[in-house]
Amino acid sequence: MTIRATDRHPGLDPGSSFLFSSHWKKIWIPAFAGMTIMWGSPLAAETFAISGGTVALGDGSEPVPNGMVVIRDGRIVAAGSIRMKLPAGTRVIDATGKWVSPGIVAGFSRLGLAEVDLSAEGADDTTADGPFNAALDVTPAINPRDSTIAVNRADGVTRALVAPNAGKNIFAGQGAVIDTGSDMEPITAARKFQYVELGEAGSQKGGGSRASAHVLFRNALREAAELSRYASPLAASRRATPDERERPVVRNPNESRIYGADARRSDDVLLTRFDAAALVPVLQGRQYLLVHAERGSDILQVIALKRDFPSLKLVLVGASEGWTVAEQIARSGVPVIASAVNDLPASFEQLAATQSNVGRMRAAGVKVSIGMVDDSDTRNLFNERQYAGNLVALQRIPGATGVSWGEALAMITSRPAEAIGMGGELGSLAAGRRADLVIWSGDPLEVSSAAEQVFIDGVSQPLDTHQTRLRDRYRYLPRRELPEAYRH
Amino acid sequence: MVSNKGFTAAFAAALLTSGCAALNPPPKPAPPVAINEDPYPSTYARYPGVPTVIRHATVLDGDGRQINDGTLVFADGAIQAVGGPELPSPAGAQEIDGTGKFVTPGIIDVHSHLGDYPSPGVSANSDGNEATSPARPEVWAEHSVWPQDPGFSRALVNGGVTTLQILPGSANLFGGRSVVLKNVPARTAQGMKFPGAPYGLKMACGENPKRVYGSKGNMPQTRMGNIALTRQTWIKAQAYKRKWDKYEAKGGDMPERDLAMDTLKGVLEGKILIHNHCYRADEMANMIDMSKEFGYHITAFHHAVEAYKVADLLRDNDICAVMWADWYGFKMESYDAIKENIPFVHNAGACAMVHSDDPNGIQRLNQEVAKALADGIRAGIPNLSEAVAWEWLSRNPAKALGILDKTGTLSPGKMADVVMWNGDPFSDYTRPERVWIDGALMYDANDPKRRPVSDFELGQPGEGDVK
Repeated sequence: MTIRATDRHPGLDPGSSFLFSSHWKKIWIPAFAGMTIMWGSPLAAETFAISGGTVALGDGSEPVPNGMVVIRDGRIVAAGSIRMKLPAGTRVIDATGKWVSPGIVAGFSRLGLAEVDLSAEGADDTTADGPFNAALDVTPAINPRDSTIAVNRADGVTRALVAPNAGKNIFAGQGAVIDTGSDMEPITAARKFQYVELGEAGSQKGGGSRASAHVLFRNALREAAELSRYASPLAASRRATPDERERPVVRNPNESRIYGADARRSDDVLLTRFDAAALVPVLQGRQYLLVHAERGSDILQVIALKRDFPSLKLVLVGASEGWTVAEQIARSGVPVIASAVNDLPASFEQLAATQSNVGRMRAAGVKVSIGMVDDSDTRNLFNERQYAGNLVALQRIPGATGVSWGEALAMITSRPAEAIGMGGELGSLAAGRRADLVIWSGDPLEVSSAAEQVFIDGVSQPLDTHQTRLRDRYRYLPRRELPEAYRH
Repeated sequence: MVSNKGFTAAFAAALLTSGCAALNPPPKPAPPVAINEDPYPSTYARYPGVPTVIRHATVLDGDGRQINDGTLVFADGAIQAVGGPELPSPAGAQEIDGTGKFVTPGIIDVHSHLGDYPSPGVSANSDGNEATSPARPEVWAEHSVWPQDPGFSRALVNGGVTTLQILPGSANLFGGRSVVLKNVPARTAQGMKFPGAPYGLKMACGENPKRVYGSKGNMPQTRMGNIALTRQTWIKAQAYKRKWDKYEAKGGDMPERDLAMDTLKGVLEGKILIHNHCYRADEMANMIDMSKEFGYHITAFHHAVEAYKVADLLRDNDICAVMWADWYGFKMESYDAIKENIPFVHNAGACAMVHSDDPNGIQRLNQEVAKALADGIRAGIPNLSEAVAWEWLSRNPAKALGILDKTGTLSPGKMADVVMWNGDPFSDYTRPERVWIDGALMYDANDPKRRPVSDFELGQPGEGDVK
């Protein structure tokens, strides 16, 4: 197996215990030359294996008993029903009686953006109400020390797509992919996608009707197109000439910034120059566009955007009525990140909601994954495995459409990564993928199972949280010689 | 005779007004007017069922007992017998093979807003908070309940919920009366009302009342404001009760009726149960002292996220804790949530139960308890099992609603509110297969005709779908 030496290689501090070693440093350098992120060279290399457990690869296949996973330098070397000759001295973790799967990838979330959701000033960065919209980049808002990240890590969530919440505009801004590691570098991929509301919320934020939202959307792309005509073919390394820096737009979505104010624009513009520039990579298909729509007709309108803007790399988010137009979605090739189990006509855009939505879309050939498209998006991502399990349950309900166990797991691991073009990096135990994996006490789609060991990029993670500390403090209530505050 | 009596009363009254009373024996005061305490009575009547025997099922009876290869017999709306394979079948009974299935009491959710915050969640139908004054004990949740809320059907077919309490919201210190419903579709709220269930009164501590009113510059703006205003209201209620007690004992002029005070008087008389939204341990302690100050009993603290910190206090005061499995951090008063809350409270000897407060969560309360059970076992809590944990789903909720003598366990004589699951209900892979309420089959996964469809959903996309 080839290990790519230039990728992120977290090492282990040989002096600390394996389980709680998280002191290694990740180094990342914003790259201006076409790469999403360029990781520093490895601090250390380690090969280890997990052996004896039931192994689920996360690629849609069914779990295999007595499997093995081999990890080297933070990447998967091989996994499944394999037997490998390991170098002498290789550490082997015995997972007999346990289950091993990729870490859960939260397909849609606001993880790391809010420590507390309500009435807690300074603890919520989900929604901006300032002058900018599409230009917003969620990255600076993500706090890897949010207790929400620790709580989800402790339950096996290792990566998440994080979207900003739309403020005053249909464009919410640019979302990131993060890991939940216990360190200060949470960003896997910054500015991976733009997020836009084109359903009921789009109507509210886009002028009071869907007609208004769609014309706002089209106008925004028109302004981006106008601006892009002044873009250079490919900007600019860090040693770019002053002249290059003056160009309004660079081609890489990770550097979708405007450096100067001299680019010519029409008089009739609505967007700030910064917002328009941010939409150039969307327009040109170099940044994913995640579109929230629930109603059947709204979904068709989103798909239809491809006719006028063929380069858009669309991903549908929500799609509660997707099953009613599943064939059209499948033909369009647009992936869907859906809510798994909402089955109520909670709004007029979700009248046809059913828990069979995901299964029926999948059966029609839609590329479906699961996200948390509701008000639990800041913190309850760990419920995705419960929801995936519920989709498995539907297989035994007459008239319902469920999904197989293997596919259900894939919908919370590899499928969301694939939806944004990161399936080669994340979400499965295929060779070369980042070694994000969990050793579970049992079947990970059962809520009674717990994550016992969690690895991110091959690094074992601490699983204690604010909650586990409180649990231990209050396990026994009888009065002791000192108050509870002294138990720590 | 009748006219004579009328004449006598009129004559006596004439004497009184003419000032000649001293010449006659003092007249008896008019007998007190009796206030109708049930002016919106239940019209629920059970639907027909057939005598039924389920055999070879794993029975969790809700009282802590598991019976493998169990048999359940019900007829005429009531549980007849529960036991092993030796139980005989009544003549003409329908026999159901429960091999591989689990049979449990129907789930009871003590905290729901179905009907008063229905789907679709539009402002036209949002009827859960009378947030116009922090003390609104005069409102009754049943007068907001829209029986066509599609959420009731989801709770039945996916959740196995057979009984639920609809509460007013928590914007107010006194939110109003609750109503207990049978989860049986009806045209009116009265048609769903659980016969004989006592009323509850929703109270609230903490962030919500002070946020809702404080943000308008009104009292309460602080937790001390919450407490002061609540105490002031109880002082008024005590005075009101004294007036009415005197009137009921001695007659005289009927005191002016006050709907708000009627409800609080009912609490002070022990007829109306207190369901107190209260997250934090320190606030629960304050509310317990308040209940002693004014002489009422708190039946349950709801959303009791910090119950585990004062589980001994709850046990000693015979107060139930109503909890989620894993909700946390959505507001400051939920910041200290732990996943072992339910098993820790149970282990301390207090009355523990799960609740939803949510039209989605109510469809998976069995899974929420599965989480709590597993977390409790991992934390080393002794004597936990699926059979014990089912108490958190039906027995203890029935206790908190004052209907444990009628439902909540599979005891002979109780209402036949029964769920047959297509596997172990502590698994994500399990769903209700059939649900009976009062012995009537209200849901059958294998029969599309045994699946309720609300008026709202008729003719809409997805009508009659499995949901």
